[in-house]
Amino acid sequence: MSAVFQVQNLKKAFGGLAVTQDVSITLNPGDRVALIGPNGAGKTTFVNLVTGHLVPDSGKVILAGNDVTSLGPTPRVRQGLVRSFQVTRLFPDMTPEEHLALAVLQRTGRSGTIFGHYQAKPDVMAEVAELLHTLGLDHIATRRVSEIAYGQQRLLEIALALALKPKVLLLDEPAAGVPQSDTPRIEAALAGLPSDLAVLMIEHDMDLVFRFAKRVIVLAAGAIIFDGSPADVTKDARVREAYLGSYANDRSAA
Amino acid sequence: MAAVEHTSIAKPVQSARPNWLARDLIGVAVILAVAVLGYFLFPNNLALLTRILAIALLVLSIDLVTGFCGVATLGHAALFGAGAYAAGIAAVHWGITDPFLMIVIGAVGGAVAGLVSGAVILRGHGLAQLVLSIAVVHLFHEAANKASTYTGGSDGLAGISPDPIFGMFGFDLWGRTAYGFAVALLVIVFVLLRLLTRSPFGMLCRGIKEDPIRVRAMGASVHGTLLKMYVISGVVAGIGGALNAISTQVVGLDSLSFTLSAESLVMLVLGGTGSLYGALIGTVSFMWFEDFVSAANPFHWLTIVGALLIAVVLFAPRGLYGSAQLLLERFRGAGK
Ligand SMILES: Nc1ncnc2c1ncn2[C@@H]1O[C@H](COP(=O)(O)OP(=O)(O)O)[C@@H](O)[C@H]1O
Ligand SMILES: [Mg+2]
Repeated sequence: MSAVFQVQNLKKAFGGLAVTQDVSITLNPGDRVALIGPNGAGKTTFVNLVTGHLVPDSGKVILAGNDVTSLGPTPRVRQGLVRSFQVTRLFPDMTPEEHLALAVLQRTGRSGTIFGHYQAKPDVMAEVAELLHTLGLDHIATRRVSEIAYGQQRLLEIALALALKPKVLLLDEPAAGVPQSDTPRIEAALAGLPSDLAVLMIEHDMDLVFRFAKRVIVLAAGAIIFDGSPADVTKDARVREAYLGSYANDRSAA
Repeated sequence: MAAVEHTSIAKPVQSARPNWLARDLIGVAVILAVAVLGYFLFPNNLALLTRILAIALLVLSIDLVTGFCGVATLGHAALFGAGAYAAGIAAVHWGITDPFLMIVIGAVGGAVAGLVSGAVILRGHGLAQLVLSIAVVHLFHEAANKASTYTGGSDGLAGISPDPIFGMFGFDLWGRTAYGFAVALLVIVFVLLRLLTRSPFGMLCRGIKEDPIRVRAMGASVHGTLLKMYVISGVVAGIGGALNAISTQVVGLDSLSFTLSAESLVMLVLGGTGSLYGALIGTVSFMWFEDFVSAANPFHWLTIVGALLIAVVLFAPRGLYGSAQLLLERFRGAGK
């Protein structure tokens, strides 16, 4: 099986602080991987590095066989590498419907059209309606994002990533800030993803991790200390040590 | 890529659609009514009214990049002046005196100027962007000054005599034809811009203004989109410049000036950024007020204009249109 996503020897330091230390990860089509680790371990930085939002000091990022290390975020997304943000990034004055329509139009190469309205495009509207429905956002589809609850914004953040139909999907704490009652929606949305899609999810909620992931990677102080099956991760001595004392306090932090 | 699935999920959103169409028609009707009113109220001042309409195109054009995309510029007269000189040079040196052709040439001149200045200005961000825009308009001004064989330099480019429109309506001394031509152009541009701002491209621009990082994460090019908007903005400003050249029959270096750039940005802020109506209201109120106050008090009019601006920025930061809209919303909210 050929890897769809390879990260090789990635390194990044902020000032003197080495936040990413020689990280290598390979994802195959269909992978369901959880990336866990204490707060400040460098998980978000890893996503920023591989998606082109930050420039690594060294290392390579290979997407579907192409070296994309020198590319910016935009071309990487076009090649199928899509991420969600840990702290929601949305357009406050636009509606969920507009967000998703824009994403669908972008994916299908129509976001630059200067005439015509998205609501007049049945294929766009059908896809938007489906995404809204999957994440339970239909009833607030035409409200401004600044007026909807943070939990709903989190769900929209995920819907936006799905609308881009990625080959590799990186979710940065998708369930953080989502009310417990709505996490099943996230799980349902993830369960409905194409089976050949590779997903890497950063998540603190271990129940969610164990239900979702077939493989768990643990990052601590910028280095991978474990890469294996969910069954083995809790038994691993180094993982326990890394989490000791810190994990209990982590969930509330941003 | 897989074909899009058509699901059976109900879409009740579809029904309330032509709402904005009705609103646009009302908007156009209001513009036309104001234009007709102006014609009958100020029959001896049609030249000023026509200039207001030409400047309104410039202010709309600034609104496209500043109000809709969040790019600050103090050099937008470069696009307006480029359109004016392009149309003027075409008429004087190449004998192209058909007014419609002159407008097209002005639009192309403005587009090219938009491409050039956009390519420079978009290299910077924030304050650097503003400084670059000032530098650009000064360079354009200097270039026009130096190329005096074509532009007439500081004497201006005179001798523009456009043909009658449709061979029937000559550009008369009273400026009736010019005024009618200007109103028609403004309405057409306005309608096209309403469509533009609602299009997918318009949404993308709003997105860039609100969060460019999110736009990149959606796979859209921020720089490419902004540059495209700059070119479109150049078309609009260029039409305004060409209109000014046709109606006044001269082009001067002031059409490429920093002063005009700054004043038109002020007009936009006065009316309210991010709304086409705001741009129009800002232009009309500023230019009318300037004309009125400078006639009433020729010594202190600049002071009065300055004081008014400070009052608007402090007490109505959304501009005249934005604040009126806010008041109306509150009023409606209270009425429930
Ligand atoms: N832009 C930045 N500049 C300096 N330090 C940063 C920057 N981004 C992250 N860091 C630091 O890098 C470390 C890892 O952060 P992050 O990747 O957000 O961790 P995680 O997502 O695992 O909680 C933290 O110590 C954080 O303070
Ligand atoms: Mg993080």
